[in-house]
Amino acid sequence: MTSTLIWIAVVLFAIGLYLSWTAGRLDRLHARIDAARAALDAQLLRRASVAQELATSSILDPAASIVLYEAAHAARQAAEDQREVAESELSQALRAVFAEQEVLELVQEASGGDEAAGELAQAVRRVPMARRFHNDAVRAARALRRHRTVRWFRLAGHAPFPLAVEMDDEPPAVLADRAGGPGTTRA
Amino acid sequence: MRIGIVCPYSWDVPGGVQFHIRDLAEHLIRLGHEVSVLAPADDETPLPPYVVSAGRAVPVPYNGSVARLNFGFLSASRVRRWLHDGTFDVIHIHEPASPSLGLLTCWAAQGPIVATFHTSNPRSRAMIAAYPILQPALEKISARIAVSEYARRTLVEHLGGDAVVIPNGVDVDFFARAEPKAEWQSAAARAASDGSGTGDGRDDTGTIGFIGRIDEPRKGLPVLMQALPRILAERPGTRLLVAGRGDEEEAVESLPAEMRERVEFLGMVSDEDKARLLRSVDVYVAPNTGGESFGIILVEAMSAGAPVLASDLDAFAQVLDQGAAGDLFANEDADALADAAIRLLGDPERRAGLRERGSAHVRRFDWSTVGADILAVYETVTDGAASVAADERVGLRARLGLAKS
Repeated sequence: MTSTLIWIAVVLFAIGLYLSWTAGRLDRLHARIDAARAALDAQLLRRASVAQELATSSILDPAASIVLYEAAHAARQAAEDQREVAESELSQALRAVFAEQEVLELVQEASGGDEAAGELAQAVRRVPMARRFHNDAVRAARALRRHRTVRWFRLAGHAPFPLAVEMDDEPPAVLADRAGGPGTTRA
Repeated sequence: MRIGIVCPYSWDVPGGVQFHIRDLAEHLIRLGHEVSVLAPADDETPLPPYVVSAGRAVPVPYNGSVARLNFGFLSASRVRRWLHDGTFDVIHIHEPASPSLGLLTCWAAQGPIVATFHTSNPRSRAMIAAYPILQPALEKISARIAVSEYARRTLVEHLGGDAVVIPNGVDVDFFARAEPKAEWQSAAARAASDGSGTGDGRDDTGTIGFIGRIDEPRKGLPVLMQALPRILAERPGTRLLVAGRGDEEEAVESLPAEMRERVEFLGMVSDEDKARLLRSVDVYVAPNTGGESFGIILVEAMSAGAPVLASDLDAFAQVLDQGAAGDLFANEDADALADAAIRLLGDPERRAGLRERGSAHVRRFDWSTVGADILAVYETVTDGAASVAADERVGLRARLGLAKS
């Protein structure tokens, strides 16, 4: 009788240990998503700021300036549910403005323009990177949250179901060229 | 930035991953970062100051060949100590899915972890079986890097999720500045580099280079040996220069006796001689039959200005810009190789064109570009994250609030 009780206690303890460990995994994944989301937000904000700076610098022609300003402004002001659309439009505006090598050269020649162009190139390259890392974390968390142990024991608590960020973040070809390789071509 | 890099394979044994880590570490140190590399190494091996030994690696059969790996309690405790002493901002693990230091570090660490996947073995049953064990460790990785689009694809298929593609780096100028060695050049190339004209008019000379393990069929030397009789029949003055470890007698066994003297074995060559060899040859041939996820040797050959002829593996086609920066032939097809080699050797203009396009194309693989991309990944994952620490496992007691604080 006693041995049966001991066995039951051991099994319960093992189950508890496993649940605790799984909850820890989930907790860490949520923390990873938060960090990745913060990094993505930082990169998006950086990109919008440089774009706006360029738009108001009067280096670009008036039409390009207005297009870029509008898109950058909208991206910064967008409500959370409009964010992906607004950021995608900023990507399109950047691609339209920096369609040709000459525009980039024009910016680089202006005083302080080289720095701004470098910053923009860095930002447009890092946005897709940060987004990929974020969505990778989201995928891992979703896979774990669908697991029956997590669902039955409600290990995720009240944390919202993580959502991937879907947007057009293709950088302008002239700005991505520096780091572009056979690897960066889309499959 | 304080960066910890984990090398899964023995530092004493030369290999692609080890060279990549060495070059990356030295590049980052030159930029002023603090770098520490944790690698398996024998205690007697002299190590560069930035390498910390994780103990001796044990040779075990893994993935079709004998790999030298680290595991067990001793290695795990060394990993923990390294993490604790290093107080890194970010750690960069190479090959996290191989049962070695990378996986141990994944278990033991928390915080921003970057991982590079160098190879992906398609359809590995061991990987599928180990998936539930791997997954909790791989979940901790904040950023994954694949060395080519091909490697990324296999990674996504096997482990899910996504990765950014950053190619392996090469010190392009080291190869571009190497001096050609006269004895490794063909008469025509020698004359051209002397500036004394375009050679003696005889047009059947030419040197073909091959670098790689002789006794490893995957590297494709047997295919090249099959193609050689036809190349020699067409262009009797051709010489084949082979650099790499292995049994030389066995390698030329398939050749007719009179042709064997056209093959010269250079044995293992130093980095300098490798660069000089690539600078000297008229055509560099990479007949690898499979198992390549990148093809660093092609990048090195292009850096040195050697026209490249390679088998049309996915990874090679990508490095060669789908054939724009180097010629491709159908994999394992000795006749196709012979045709392509004869065509290239007989067409100086085509070779000059490949040289030019290769040299321009290869700039994207230079450490200045690749290093900046890797640093961008580090900065992206450290944005808004705490630094790396040993993973203090929170026990059940603590989680239930029973532990004394």
